Amino acid sequence: MFVTAAYAQSTTTEGAEAHDAAAAGEVHTETGVAHEGEHGSGVFPPFDSTHFASQLLWLAITFGLFYLLMSKVIIPRIGSILETRHDRIAQDLDEASRLKGEADAAIAAYEQELAGARAKGHSIADTAREAAKSKAKADRDGVEADLAKKIAAAEARIGDIKSKALADVGAIAEETATAIVKQLIGGTVTKSEIAAAFKASAGN
Amino acid sequence: MSNDPTHQFLVNKIVSIDIGGIDFSFTNASLFMVATVGAAAGFLYLTTSQRGLIPTRMQSVSEMSYEFIASMLREGAGSQGMKFFPMVFSLFMFILTANLLGMVPYFFTVTSQIIVTFALAVFVIGTVILYGFYKHGFGFLKLFVPHGVPGALLPLVVAIEIISFLSRPISLSVRLFANMLAGHITLKVFAGFVASLSAFGALGIGGAILPLIMTVALTGLEFLVAFLQAYVFAVLTCMYLNDAVHPGSH
Repeated sequence: MFVTAAYAQSTTTEGAEAHDAAAAGEVHTETGVAHEGEHGSGVFPPFDSTHFASQLLWLAITFGLFYLLMSKVIIPRIGSILETRHDRIAQDLDEASRLKGEADAAIAAYEQELAGARAKGHSIADTAREAAKSKAKADRDGVEADLAKKIAAAEARIGDIKSKALADVGAIAEETATAIVKQLIGGTVTKSEIAAAFKASAGN
Repeated sequence: MSNDPTHQFLVNKIVSIDIGGIDFSFTNASLFMVATVGAAAGFLYLTTSQRGLIPTRMQSVSEMSYEFIASMLREGAGSQGMKFFPMVFSLFMFILTANLLGMVPYFFTVTSQIIVTFALAVFVIGTVILYGFYKHGFGFLKLFVPHGVPGALLPLVVAIEIISFLSRPISLSVRLFANMLAGHITLKVFAGFVASLSAFGALGIGGAILPLIMTVALTGLEFLVAFLQAYVFAVLTCMYLNDAVHPGSH
């Protein structure tokens, strides 16, 4: 309401205003301004229609130029800056996820390798232990067999020596008996007699 | 420097231009339109000239304003509305820069002129109407016929819808214009109190502290308003464009 009233006021005073401006020689002096600005007597400056045409023209020129600058230069430029940044971030994210995938694969491969190596280590240790055990057993068996053989040989030898010694004892006894008989009775006794006697006494 | 708070809105000729009997003079308003375009385009151009993958502070300001408007438009008018992105972005940057430039003392505020904000609002609504009819033909008129309204009420509702549609350019332009105008007048009035009170000696200077505090506080508020009004204008533009892209969807 306020505006329309003001408009009405401006249109009614337009003629007088233009006349006034022409008389003032297009120059608004301070006093002229103060006079125009006074309440009721003059027109309120923003509603002064004298310069409406000029304002519209210059607004069209300046805003038109501004619009052209914005739509042809500034907006494509900022748009491309934002686009580039957006693309770059997306690209970096892709790269990061790709690298993460690679790292994960490497970790998985490493784990697998490690598990394999551990299993292999276990098997090597097991076989080594088995081999050592069996070798020790074989060695022990060999040594025991050797010892048994040696014991047997020794026992055989002992038996041999014993029987030989016993045989020697017979011969010595016969000789001793012959000598004793010779000393005691002074006669000679034949070897066969002694042996017979000896056999008889040995038979008892 | 006049003490009149409306003095700052006066349009003065700098170079007289007359085409076919109509006054197209280059005025202080024209000068600040040029300055607005220069400042906004210059800032956006220079800060993005490095095209850095990692933005500098200033480059991220430009990028943020781009993404801010892009998300606003996508939410407001959907992905089909993105073809209007240059328009909404230009409007937002132009109004924001004009509002902020107007905050500099002795600078002219382009958006405090009703004809400027009205022209921008007509540009928006004109785009909505032209695109709406171009894209949907007479289907665009479904905009005025909401779903699920009883037949008896329909004429009334359609009349209200048409009135509300027609009042859009007015509300859109007056909102921006009135905010900038009222803010600058208030600032000028309070700052004027400081000057006139301090003319009354020591007591006056003591009394001038209050309006001085008010002036400082209002300056902060006005910076907020400068941004907020540019934002509101852009948001409403997105909403109106949504009607052109999807008529009858509300």
